[in-house]
Amino acid sequence: MTQARYLLRNQEIEDIDQFEVYRAHGGYDALKKALAEFEPEAVVDLVKRSGLRGRGGAGFPTGVKWGFLPKDGRPRYLVVNSDEAEPGTFKDRELIERNPHQLIEGMIISSFAIQARQAYIYCRGEFLRGYEQLSRAVQEAYAAGFLGDNILDSGFALDIFVYRGAGAYICGEESALLESLEGRRGNPRLKPPFPAVAGLYGMPTIVNNVETIANVPPIVTLGAEWYTSMGTEKSPGLKIMSVSGKVNRPGNYEIPLATPLRALIDDYAGGMQPGRSVKCVIPGGSSVPLLMPDQLDTPLDYESVLQAGSMLGSGGCIVLDDTVCIVKASHRLVKFYREESCGKCTPCREGTYWMADVLERVEAGMGDEGDLAILMDVADNINGKCFCPLGDASIGFLVSAIRHFRDEFEAHVREHSCPMGEKVYDTANY
Amino acid sequence: MKPEWREWAAEARTEFPQAHSALLPLLHRVQRAEGWLSGETLADIAELLDLSPQYVQSVASFYSLYFKEPVGKKVVHVCMGLSCMLAGSDELMHQLEEKLGVSQGQTTADGEYTLLEGECLAACDLAPVAQVNLRYHGPVPPEKADTLLREEVSP
Ligand SMILES: Cc1cc2nc3c(=O)[nH]c(=O)nc-3n(C[C@H](O)[C@H](O)[C@H](O)COP(=O)(O)O)c2cc1C
Ligand code: SF4
Ligand code: FES
Repeated sequence: MTQARYLLRNQEIEDIDQFEVYRAHGGYDALKKALAEFEPEAVVDLVKRSGLRGRGGAGFPTGVKWGFLPKDGRPRYLVVNSDEAEPGTFKDRELIERNPHQLIEGMIISSFAIQARQAYIYCRGEFLRGYEQLSRAVQEAYAAGFLGDNILDSGFALDIFVYRGAGAYICGEESALLESLEGRRGNPRLKPPFPAVAGLYGMPTIVNNVETIANVPPIVTLGAEWYTSMGTEKSPGLKIMSVSGKVNRPGNYEIPLATPLRALIDDYAGGMQPGRSVKCVIPGGSSVPLLMPDQLDTPLDYESVLQAGSMLGSGGCIVLDDTVCIVKASHRLVKFYREESCGKCTPCREGTYWMADVLERVEAGMGDEGDLAILMDVADNINGKCFCPLGDASIGFLVSAIRHFRDEFEAHVREHSCPMGEKVYDTANY
Repeated sequence: MKPEWREWAAEARTEFPQAHSALLPLLHRVQRAEGWLSGETLADIAELLDLSPQYVQSVASFYSLYFKEPVGKKVVHVCMGLSCMLAGSDELMHQLEEKLGVSQGQTTADGEYTLLEGECLAACDLAPVAQVNLRYHGPVPPEKADTLLREEVSP
């Protein structure tokens, strides 16, 4: 697709990760504009009017969240969540590795808007290259006078700190992230209070996703009306979709919201591999229910995907074709949640363990009649009963898979093998 | 305790506005130099940051990238996530196990390689993907497992 890009400009402009190249293509002009022409409140208002919603998964309106900060004179922090680890999602990695200055420019403008003097990037431990890119870009921004004291003679001062995680999916959850940033184990905190009221070091804190903040410079440059001219009334603007699985051209694609799923797969991602058809699609990262082939015309906006029974989530779109064993796919996803459960609460810690165990034996042809009922029972005991959303995330795909492909699960039990002819792996325990 | 650790601890305390945030960065830095974090090392780090050894132990054990046992010069993480599975990561892991003569989770006898399962490495467009000392390599089809082991890598 030859559409203009606003977030993934690295796909059009070579070396835009370099400071001079970013500047040559208008980089940091939005910052200049914001500091020269806007009061902080006016930036918050602009972002509210743009309708930008959080791209970390929940889709909460960003400007509204910023408005939750109590006006009590305490220091405030902006924390950018770059812990991206939701299976199937890889947009933030591309943004920080290939276009780090756009994030930093967005952070400076956003910090100005919420009047934060310190901002943090929590960078996933595995993103070593991303960490290096961000650290370098931050240094360059200081050298150019875009960070530090009295930025561009505006009187506004900001420091940005880049912090490395160390391998834990749960640290993507905002309160666990803050624990980790304070040097502790990444166990989620009880909410409320929400971070906007009591966040980093107990101070009012805004946590936003990388992609969310990367949207801020173009919104300042082009205006709220530009943003609302794309997408729908409730889901305006642009979204990066990470497409992977059995398509010809896996990759990150920047789409106007409400682009049909079919167009994403066929036009952007090059369609299915030769001779293959769609079995099902995970539209929004591993935590969401699957969509079936007869739902491919679903527009990719928050409301439409919800109405179709799933969620747009982080935009991690995994496409499964007719060769894929649904039991094996379910097992793989549940195993991920078992590994990443922080262990704080029982339904999640024990439930993910049991579900993975049962799925492993069903996939290996060693399941019995009662196993589907056990899975549904465990899922029911997780549903809505966990301390943080990771618990519910572990059953989203599984429950929808059992609903749509019950036959396939039952065939594994009946035939004592995988009807898809998938190679059985890891049967050492049986 | 190595003499330079004291300096690193002082730097870590001032890198972030609050000294609490020094622990993870210091663990990273010491591990980068030492390869892994022994009980003794963790106790030294605790002392340097005025924390209890139990606290540092408990934090370090939460995070999978802090190694509590010796690892090889090259730590290979093979992504076992769903998108990589769809592209043959199980077979890639199998090939690497064969070639290295170890199972996942183990280190080769010559101390060159440690082979580990990784969760989705957020590079599903490069499936099947692996990291060698946290540097991405992908796609690595199973039949190309060799090339992954031939890569020159910096520690
Ligand atoms: C288990 C779990 C993992 C999460 N992982 C991430 C993540 O990697 N990146 C992210 O931005 N948000 C993640 N979130 C959502 C964050 O808690 C938070 O809502 C988000 O960072 C807010 O930013 P936004 O409003 O800009 O979307 C996760 C949530 C949960 C429950
Ligand atoms: S739901 Fe899981 S990840 Fe969340 S607090 Fe409970 S055990 Fe931890
Ligand atoms: S599944 Fe391997 S990188 Fe995402």
